[in-house]
Amino acid sequence: MSGRRKLVVVGNGMAGMRAVEELLALAPDRYDITVYGAEPYGNYNRILLSPVLAAEKTLDDIMLNRPEWYAERGITLHAGDPVVKIDRARKRVVAQSGRESPYDRLLLATGSSPIVLPVPGADLPGVVSFRDIADVDRMIEAAQPGRRAVVIGGGLLGLEAAHGLQKRGMQVTVVHLLDRLMERQLDAEAAKLLERSLRERGLTFRMPAKTAAIRGDGRVQAVAFDDGTEIPADLVVMAVGIRPNVALARASGLACDRGVLVDDTMLTYDPKIYAVGECVQHRGKCYGLVAPLFEQAKVAANHLAEFGIGRYVGSQVSTKLKVTGIDLFSAGDFEGGTSTEEMLFKDASRGVYKKLVIRDDRVRGVVLYGDTVDGPWYFQLLRDGVPVADMRENLLFGQAHLGDSGTAGANAATLLPDNAEICGCNGVCKGTIVKAITTKKLFTLDEVRAHTKASSSCGSCTALVEQLLANTLGGDYSQPSAKKPMCPCTIHTHEEVREAIVKYALKSIPDVMAFLEWQTPDGCHKCRPALNFYLLCAWPGEYRDDKQSRFINERVHGNIQRDGTYSVVPRIWGGVTSPRELRAIAEVAEKYNVPTVKITGGQRIDLLGVKKEDLPAMWCDLSAAGFVSGHAYGKALRTVKTCVGKEWCRFGTQDSTGLGIALERMTWGSWHPHKVKLAVSGCPRNCAEATIKDFGVVCVESGYEIHVGGNGGIKVRPTDFLCKVQTAEQVLEYCAAFLQLYREEARYLERTAPWLERVGLTYVRSRIADDAEGRRALYARFLEAQKHAQVDPWAERARGYDAEEFEPLRAARAVKEAEVEEAEAS
Amino acid sequence: MSWIDVGPAERIPMRGARVLRAGEEDIAVFRTGDGRVFALRDRCPHRGGPLSQGIVHGARVTCPLHDWVIDLATGEAMGADVGCTATFRVRIEHGRVLVEVPEETTAPGAPVGAAFQPRSSAR
Repeated sequence: MSGRRKLVVVGNGMAGMRAVEELLALAPDRYDITVYGAEPYGNYNRILLSPVLAAEKTLDDIMLNRPEWYAERGITLHAGDPVVKIDRARKRVVAQSGRESPYDRLLLATGSSPIVLPVPGADLPGVVSFRDIADVDRMIEAAQPGRRAVVIGGGLLGLEAAHGLQKRGMQVTVVHLLDRLMERQLDAEAAKLLERSLRERGLTFRMPAKTAAIRGDGRVQAVAFDDGTEIPADLVVMAVGIRPNVALARASGLACDRGVLVDDTMLTYDPKIYAVGECVQHRGKCYGLVAPLFEQAKVAANHLAEFGIGRYVGSQVSTKLKVTGIDLFSAGDFEGGTSTEEMLFKDASRGVYKKLVIRDDRVRGVVLYGDTVDGPWYFQLLRDGVPVADMRENLLFGQAHLGDSGTAGANAATLLPDNAEICGCNGVCKGTIVKAITTKKLFTLDEVRAHTKASSSCGSCTALVEQLLANTLGGDYSQPSAKKPMCPCTIHTHEEVREAIVKYALKSIPDVMAFLEWQTPDGCHKCRPALNFYLLCAWPGEYRDDKQSRFINERVHGNIQRDGTYSVVPRIWGGVTSPRELRAIAEVAEKYNVPTVKITGGQRIDLLGVKKEDLPAMWCDLSAAGFVSGHAYGKALRTVKTCVGKEWCRFGTQDSTGLGIALERMTWGSWHPHKVKLAVSGCPRNCAEATIKDFGVVCVESGYEIHVGGNGGIKVRPTDFLCKVQTAEQVLEYCAAFLQLYREEARYLERTAPWLERVGLTYVRSRIADDAEGRRALYARFLEAQKHAQVDPWAERARGYDAEEFEPLRAARAVKEAEVEEAEAS
Repeated sequence: MSWIDVGPAERIPMRGARVLRAGEEDIAVFRTGDGRVFALRDRCPHRGGPLSQGIVHGARVTCPLHDWVIDLATGEAMGADVGCTATFRVRIEHGRVLVEVPEETTAPGAPVGAAFQPRSSAR
């Protein structure tokens, strides 16, 4: 096709091909793509060479893109023909075979090479590095049982090589320059545990030891050290590090240091040439793990597609050792220093060691040995810079995040059988997920969600799915970067969008989308409801609700059921009702043939199975009996659960029902980021279960305890104690202020529990309990918003508002064939 | 198949849908943000959810039950989901929407020619 530009990719590895895949997703027709690769294969998952060496996986398992993949997409692949020259003036590359390709844009992804020690004998046959399929082939060939292998280098790669060779029956000695294994990832304590465990498995260590020469007559026979000793060897693996491949770039005049220098858009010093992957040096850092490479690939693809909005700002990386049976996780500044403090956990007989390095109330580094379940969580705390003051006492014991919904007790996905159900919502088993990850080459949580549905509903199994990803991919899996866009329609986070709405006085969804350069014409089912709420919250009384951006439940003020009918839950203030009200509900239920009448957990009555067309008439009858909507369908104030309190109960200390009703009268009709439930218990026996509510009050003789951030849903979380107040009026003020803070600052679809865990109880306390003026301002803003929100949606619709929503479309007339044909002809 | 006139396009909310009762089957008639009109069988290929009740974005609708995203032009599920719902042809003639429906829709009992009061169009 004419008009297409030419893209040449130098390097057929993971980074280069990831960039091509991202580019094809963004702009499939912009380029004619030519790929040059040094190795004679399609693209494969280099990370998984270790399991191939250990005979746990086959080469076939680790192929990512086969030659057919390139052909199907019209990509020209020259595998086994490395580029040897870039002629920047003429914009052409020249390959080893003499083949030349012109380019409009060039993408460098030349990767890195293993460092070969400059010692005599390093070039003897039988001395190999550990980098590509050819190296692995050579090792497997040499690895006959009983023969001796020496691995030089006690880092990540060296230990994986040693493990693989040992599994193939060789006697393996690891030679390391320092007295500590994996010194770039482990502190002394964890390194000792690792060494002990590897010794127990039969590896031999020689450390600290400096290799002086490799001896042999026509083939390697021994490794000699600088103290004059030597050990016999039939195979020597050099795994002392990698070095970015910059020779080609440097020869063509591109600025290079250790790697090819790039800016935040992955552009080199030549505006036609981008670079990604291990060959790159960005802000002074070179990366050798897959997660940063993928982030770089995404940015480069965005600019190649001429979208021009991606920025790469560097990555925090974590490491996991891929040696079966050894769990090890490391990230950040794991050594610490004078300005840091350490939290340590050690259980030698279980072989568990955990160390967190803390500075300024933030996790700065983490080393886990033996129990790495919480590695991704710590890593997220580290990367997001979450204050940890509020969780210090339990921090070392982990997130305790797993297992409240059908996966109870399972805290290590690796131990589960294949038929164990991981996602209870969608009925997805471990085997299905692992199979999808391997056969469909999935790398991210979002991909697993799309392909298997696991973790795509309630999300309580997310941590388990992440573990499966990490285990299946071999550890280089990393969650997407901390700055998470609201949805694929935008690059902005929830916080950025909310800030822009207020700061730039954006007052409608189209305004927000235009101002923040949304990438879709009118958003999606994720961002539109969020924007609608943010606008409603920012401009009470002024913003006009966009009902087409409401989820169906909130659009028609009923809860859609699996058969497409709706449920109707009238508000029963504080759970207190009367014979007259009950009679009215009974009559309505009979009149509209309601198939199921159920008492809810929130002390109300649910009428299930109502047809959409019947809703307005039913509401009309309920309104006439004095009922308003119970908002049982919305991201809104749901119920206020109460106990009978001191009016009846012999233990009651205050009028808990009266207070509950007052709270419900104040808060009903308010919209929130997620559903909100309140409760008031009349004494510490807590019959209203106030300590698993978003806002709970426990009455005591001397006043009222206020508890916040609990829920009894997906993951049971008891509330945190906020403070104690003296009067019922204070309870109302604190409640309104707390809810308003939540409305203004939480992300859409984030309940108070995760919000509170994210921002910390200390923060919420500082805004509500400690800052009287700020609290009163929040209270006032809540009441102001309520002036506009407390309009009963049922009464409105019973009067005919939005009637078309509830009526089917009626045909005006049948059209005669002749008319249509005539119209078609004209 | 036969064509029926369901009135002016404005009767279908922008970025929304209305249901057309067609014999046994409900048909969801959608209008997108840029004013195009589409008709699909009102059943998600996943678990039969009423697509007419979903959020319309671009030329797609998200099923209200489990968030499958269906392409309005083809009826195909998007992303990694696999499934398809029937599409019905739509024409706009002089601002009025015509939908091609199965023959039995015009049988007695169906609301064809029922009390439709022409309204002044909104725009």
